[in-house]
This record gives sequence, C-alpha cells and structure tokens, in this order.
Amino acid sequence: MNILVIAEHDNEFVKPSTLHAVTAAAIVATFTHQEVHVLVAGNQCRAAADVACRIAGVTKVLYADAPQLKDGLAENVESTIVGISEQYNYVLVSATAYGKNIAPRVAARLDVAQISDAIAVSGPDTFDRPIYAGNAIATVQSLDSKKIITVRTTGFDAASASGGNATIVEVGAGPGTDSLRFIDRQVAKLERPELTDAKIVVSGGRGLGSGENYARVLEPLASKLGAAMGASRAAVDAGYVPNDYQVGQTGKIVAPQVYFAVGISGAIQHLAGMKDSKVIVAINKDPEAPIFSVADYGLEADLFDAVPQLVDEL
Amino acid sequence: MLKILVAVKRVVDYNVKVRVKSDNTGVELSNVKMSMNPFDEIAVEEAVRLKEAGSASEVVVVSAGATQCQETLRTALAIGADRAVLIEATEELQPLAVAKLLASMVEKEKPDLIILGKQAIDDDSNQTGQMLAALLKLPQATFASKITVSHGEATVEREIDGGAETLALCLPCIVTTDLRLNEPRYVTLPNIMKAKKKPLETIKCEDLKVDIAPRLKTIKVVEPPKRGAGVKVSNAKALVEKLRNDAKVL
Repeated sequence: MNILVIAEHDNEFVKPSTLHAVTAAAIVATFTHQEVHVLVAGNQCRAAADVACRIAGVTKVLYADAPQLKDGLAENVESTIVGISEQYNYVLVSATAYGKNIAPRVAARLDVAQISDAIAVSGPDTFDRPIYAGNAIATVQSLDSKKIITVRTTGFDAASASGGNATIVEVGAGPGTDSLRFIDRQVAKLERPELTDAKIVVSGGRGLGSGENYARVLEPLASKLGAAMGASRAAVDAGYVPNDYQVGQTGKIVAPQVYFAVGISGAIQHLAGMKDSKVIVAINKDPEAPIFSVADYGLEADLFDAVPQLVDEL
Repeated sequence: MLKILVAVKRVVDYNVKVRVKSDNTGVELSNVKMSMNPFDEIAVEEAVRLKEAGSASEVVVVSAGATQCQETLRTALAIGADRAVLIEATEELQPLAVAKLLASMVEKEKPDLIILGKQAIDDDSNQTGQMLAALLKLPQATFASKITVSHGEATVEREIDGGAETLALCLPCIVTTDLRLNEPRYVTLPNIMKAKKKPLETIKCEDLKVDIAPRLKTIKVVEPPKRGAGVKVSNAKALVEKLRNDAKVL
C-alpha cells in the first residue's frame, strides 16, 4: 500500500496548495518507506496530470477523466477516491475549501477518522494539529488502519514543481450522482499574488472605515510590495472587501514573510489566521490594540498618515 | 412543507482565551463559559428564517453530549426551533461518532434539509456535516453563504477559495453554514420563557446502537510557540529601516 495525495487543479495546472500536501506525504513516507502517488480527478485533465508528473518526490500519477468530475463536486471525487482506496492507507489533501469539502466524505465511507489541518508529522500515525483557534496544539495518534489527512499548507514547505518523473496511469472515475447539479462559479481574476501563497500580505481592518478607503490607502502599498491583500472579519462584514479576503480561524490561514496588519485590532480569531507569519507589522492608532502583542514592529499612528508615508519610504 | 433538522454543539465561548493545562493533557475547561457554537447558531437562525418565510413547517434541533447540552438546546428553542432532542453521552464524541449518531436521527426524523455549522470552534475539525452526508449517501453544500429552497431543491451559494459557486441539490441534502449566511437574532426574554415549554426529549446514546469509539487518541496538548516581544517604531521611515536592515524581509 502507498500514500495518495489528491491534487487540486483546474484541469490544466496543479494548484500550489498540492505541493505542500506532497511534502507532508513525503514526510510520512520517511516513516513508512512507501511511495507517494498523486490523483488528478477531472475532465480533460491530462495536462494537469502531466504537470503533476514533474512534482519532485512523486512516483506515480493516477488520473481519472470523466464529465462528472469536471466541476470538482465532492460526491463524485469521493467516489473516485474510494474506488482506488484499497491500495492506499494514507490519503492526503490540502486543507483548502476544495480539500475540506471532499476529505471527510472519504473518511466516512472508509469508516475512519480524519485528521484536519495537520501541521506536523511525528510518526506513521501521529500528527500535530491546531485546536481552539490555534491557541493549543494537539498531538493526535490515529488508531485506524487508513489515515485521511487534510494538510495545512502553512505547516509544510512546497515540494519542488520540477525534478519529478512519475509514471502516469489512467484510472476509472467513480459513478457520478444525480442528486445535485453544478450551476456556476465566480472566482475573481487576481492581478496580485494569491493570499495563501504570497510572500507579503497587506491586510486591512475596520480602522479603514470604508471599501473606498481600503482600496485607496492599501492598494498603493500592496502594489509597491507586490503583495497579496487580505482583511479582518470586521472589514469583510462591513462590506469593504469580498468574503474570500478574510484572514482568520475560519477564513484563510496565511504565514507570509511579512504581514502588515493595518487598522486591525487583533481579535483571537484573526490572530489564528496569521500568527505564524515570519514578521508581523501592526499599524494602529490604538496603543491597547491586541495586535501589538504579536507584532514584531508596531507603529502607533493614524493609518491614513502612516501608510502613504510608508509607500513613499519604500 | 419541509422539516429541517439542525445539529448544535456546546463549546467554549468564542471570547474565551483558552489555557493549556499544566499537565498537557488538554485545555482548561473548568469554570469556563460555554455557548452554542457560533456556526450552529447561524444554522438554527437559517432554519427558523426558512420556517418564518413559509418554506418549512418544523425545525427540530439535536445535540449529542452531556446533560448540560440541554442549555444549548433551550437556546436553540428560544431562537425559534420547535422541538429538541438530546443524545446523552458522557464519553468523548469525535466527528465520525457524531455523524453516525446524527445519521440515526435522520433515519428516525426523516428531515428534508439538514443544516450544521461548518466547524466547531473547539476542535476546528470541519468534518461532521460532510461525514453525515457521505454516510447517508446524500449531496452536500458546505460553507453556505445563501440558501433558497423551492420545488424540492435547495439552491446554495457557497464560499470557495477565490470566490463563490452555486449548486442545486435535491432534497434531502446536507448544508453547512459559513459566517456570512446570516446574522443570528438576539434571543429575547419572552422567547426564552416560551422555550421552556417546548418539547426537549433525551435519548441515551447506547440506545441508538452506534459505534462511538474514539479513533484519534490525544497524546498531548501544548501551547503554540510564542512569538518574541516586538518593538514600537516611531514612524514609517524607522519601520522601513527595520524591515530592510534588521528583519531583512524587504
């Protein structure tokens, strides 16, 4: 039996999140001496499968190509994974919206537990994971013969996207279900780096006061730095930015080289999403804001003055 | 008219900053404020709104755990649920076990729509709704930001990385709630009083004949690595200087 990583892809390319799951799989393999295989389940997805073959550390790429897999519906991806699961005692996927949607279905079908948001592997059946919004780290041991794991991408480096030379094998897709239909998808085309992958993140909170201010004040800074843009829950709830900008316990988890928290007070749930950043910069006019307790550099100032000054200095 | 089943969990209140026990066996829970999981509150609110809009005729709320979960169920009844069921259990219930218990409730109650919170803020697992759907071979829409129900179908807009997608699901189906689905109402005193008279049934976990044995053993619980103390900088120029020369990240 071997280790299976479920690739997240768009039928053409494999998403960077998958590379972090491959690293986690490779660490499991150091304990079990098994191979790491990748499953690309999609429609007209041979191109993505070819990309997956080049990921360092992957021995085999399985690809399932069928119309019912076109839109990534959890029910159909689950049935495909279950169909090949006999040869795998580990199934890993990144803890993204895609992975979190699918993995528990696989676990339940196989009658095993799932380990969510693994951030470290310390044995063939032992993993660390954050609980209570990351205020505690639990080390858990799986008692099941098969382990289903979602991997927090910030816990593992990305495997190299080149250097691999995996063999490629087509496998059958699981049966599709008629019990739901995909209607449509709206995904913003970003000119900036993706929030979960970026080296620098500029994040805004309620202190900005409005969506216009968020854009006017922060976009120049993000552009100057080549940064991704994020937000606190308060800013999202107030409508300054779309929902997927939210960084936090139940939003995106990020760990960039630098995280700029502008006008963000630093609620526990926000910290859960960014406290593993290498360097945290806080700009806030409230000296008591909890964000200053995690910031490496704190600038107690009015952000409407400080951010333009910062842009000038860069 | 539809029957909606909502599952709720009693968890540490989201405002509490939890402390790890000094023996590293877990988190300090004694004398800590407990509340309904915020995502489950959103689930109850959504079910009650569907009833108020005329799309549903009955909202049944269920929780699995210790006797004190009755408080959480009474809160759900005060929000507007009609009837509550407590599956009473003293042992630790992990997501797979809860999903199996809920599956037996679904078989008993035969709801048209099952709504759960996307994750509990204590274990942050984000599994139960999906597991329940797979056990029952039902379709799911997780991280829902909008639900409409008509003509035997639920149309759900859900949050995904980078945006949103819309699915149409046949009933019965499972939906898990995300933050922006709704803003739960404040529970009023008259509704709290009314809730005391609504039916709350207790079932003993063992009577459901479900395998609830935990599958993950907690070896230890530790605090996350602490960040070193930071420094205050006086202005933007000083900040850039530190980022370039000290931290060397720019």
